[in-house]
Amino acid sequence: MSATAAGRDIPGIYHKAGSLRSERRWAMWTAYVSLIIAAIIFLAPPFYMLVTSFKTNAEIADYSLNPWLIRSPTFEHYAAILSNPIFIRFFINSCIVTACVVVLTMVISVLAAFALARMRFWGSQVLATGVFLTYLVPDTLLFIPLYQIVGGLGLLNSVWGLVLVYPTLTVPFCTWIMIGYFASIPKELDEAALIDGANWMQMLLKIFVPVAMPGIIAATIFAFTVSWAAFVYPTAFVTTAEQMPLTIGVVSQLVRGDTFAWGQIMAGALMAALPPVIIYAFLMDYYIAGLTAGATKG
Amino acid sequence: MAQVSLRKIVKAYEGDVQAVKGINLEIDDHEFVVLVGPSGCGKSTTLRMIAGLEEITDGEIAIGGAVVNDIPPRDRDIAMVFQNYALYPHMSVYDNMAFGLTLRKFPKAEIDKRVKEAARILDITPLLERKPKALSGGQRQRVAMGRAIVRDPKVFLFDEPLSNLDAKLRVQMRTEIKKVHQTVRTTTVYVTHDQVEAMTLADRVVVMNQGIIEQVGPPQELYHHPATKFVAGFIGSPAMNFMPARLEEASGALNVTLANGTSLPVPDSRSARYRPHVGKALLFGIRPEHLTDEKTMDKDNLAPLSLTPEVIEPMGMETLAHFRQDGAEITARLDPATPAEVGVPLRLLAHMDQMHLIDPTNDKVL
Ligand SMILES: Nc1ncnc2c1ncn2[C@@H]1O[C@H](COP(=O)(O)OP(=O)(O)O)[C@@H](O)[C@H]1O
Ligand SMILES: [Mg+2]
Repeated sequence: MSATAAGRDIPGIYHKAGSLRSERRWAMWTAYVSLIIAAIIFLAPPFYMLVTSFKTNAEIADYSLNPWLIRSPTFEHYAAILSNPIFIRFFINSCIVTACVVVLTMVISVLAAFALARMRFWGSQVLATGVFLTYLVPDTLLFIPLYQIVGGLGLLNSVWGLVLVYPTLTVPFCTWIMIGYFASIPKELDEAALIDGANWMQMLLKIFVPVAMPGIIAATIFAFTVSWAAFVYPTAFVTTAEQMPLTIGVVSQLVRGDTFAWGQIMAGALMAALPPVIIYAFLMDYYIAGLTAGATKG
Repeated sequence: MAQVSLRKIVKAYEGDVQAVKGINLEIDDHEFVVLVGPSGCGKSTTLRMIAGLEEITDGEIAIGGAVVNDIPPRDRDIAMVFQNYALYPHMSVYDNMAFGLTLRKFPKAEIDKRVKEAARILDITPLLERKPKALSGGQRQRVAMGRAIVRDPKVFLFDEPLSNLDAKLRVQMRTEIKKVHQTVRTTTVYVTHDQVEAMTLADRVVVMNQGIIEQVGPPQELYHHPATKFVAGFIGSPAMNFMPARLEEASGALNVTLANGTSLPVPDSRSARYRPHVGKALLFGIRPEHLTDEKTMDKDNLAPLSLTPEVIEPMGMETLAHFRQDGAEITARLDPATPAEVGVPLRLLAHMDQMHLIDPTNDKVL
């Protein structure tokens, strides 16, 4: 009885669902095709690096071969780099600079964002906009005046000079992310905390920081990526090998005049790119949640 | 537990907006006072000044006898429940309630005792480990109240705590709040725009309008003896009817004569009060429940008048009839058995014992 009744109803439903589904399928196709194209464009260079890093120097130099294939794979470039103490030095330098910059950036931008988002004081609006505008000044323009400052402080050719200047790249954007995140926290939450007996510091540490954790992680990843991958500032400020971070170290040590040690450059660059990849993989969910925080009310 | 005193409180926001214009209010220990009024009348501002969340432009606020104007919220020993609950989203229900006590460095055992006791009162013991995200609106409301109760403060402050709930839950939580107050007896200031909430909860209702207090009194007094036209119209639902009228004297007795010529006799008990106003154009006010059909039980001081319904609304237990007379909207509450029809004149009785006369020049009830 109910089966026949259901049988009569189904065709109508099917028809409707069918048209919806075809629309959806079309959207899926478009999405997949564009994503695949984008993935190819973005993944081709690292893939080429990977392929090259496993080739012997002779194979790299032989233009008659298909450059996308490996005929006799070798680990010699990786071995060469990992056994060279100067590359270990570069890696340690990168770690020191990045760790210091990330901590410095997060402390400064969380405190600044909290003040700009919550403590209404004269000029706080202008200041908040100003912070973001400084982010729009490119580092290729800033490095000349910064060179004078770093030089004046006697910090040229030192990782500490880099620790000093990288925050000019990271702090504005991270502050801006955090202002947006803090601003989305309802005002009543601070008022409840104030009444509960919290002072400003407790409110920041016990309410704002935990509630804004996705934003903080997003900002941390940004600061990490920027300082790990910085190229212009270390190129300008560091010339002695012992103080170089990985990014410029690899290039400076493996290019001798016109001779490019392509295999080692590729292997070194790939290994240098590994830490950000690992961090992204672990924190991706938080990163996306952080970037889309303003979009939906949490 | 404490009294709260507001003395000539003024709040001016920048741009010369006077949100609160010099109000005086004495709230007794254990009292449940409700500030009620239309949106934007300054209720929240007043409450937030008591809480210390808003600076006081002028005047003085005292809690438990001590002036608190310059004391920050955390040292005023008050607790507040917000309309959107303002629960800490990253903390469990237990931690939400314990937060204030932890900051005040209460011993762990004492915190635990208080949280569990509050949870028992509010019936949320099974929810203690949950995050606010996993609670319904009514449950969040209870947690917000629990956070206030555990602190055992001098004063509870509520700002429209039920406005985010659906109608049924609102009625339920209203009863709950009243029960909690009867248990803990903490002095309470409660803000709402809903006059039914105000009437049902309050020991005393404070009716506010445009930054001033119109009247303060127990619910019944506001209902029966409104001081101003605003209070008369605001308290009670459906709202009181107002009709333009003239007070006249004929052979020693007073009459209210409506614009259409209907003359309604004023009860003798009111004569002395109204006599000085004879001859004036006034507003005649009568509540819908005092404008009924002839099936009424009341026998004294009934005055007949005839009106033609424009809309009839059967409610089940009663029927509301809406009329238009001399530009005034009038509502009457009829017995559901009364055969009322749109367009057919209906004989009504005005209970003149319950009448009000309003001086339109100053909107005061005579
Ligand atoms: N921060 C503010 N700045 C300026 N004006 C405000 C502010 N807060 C409230 N007001 C104004 O003060 C008046 C009273 O507001 P409020 O106390 O919130 O009213 P309500 O009775 O609805 O709670 C309103 O006219 C409102 O626009
Ligand atoms: Mg309000």
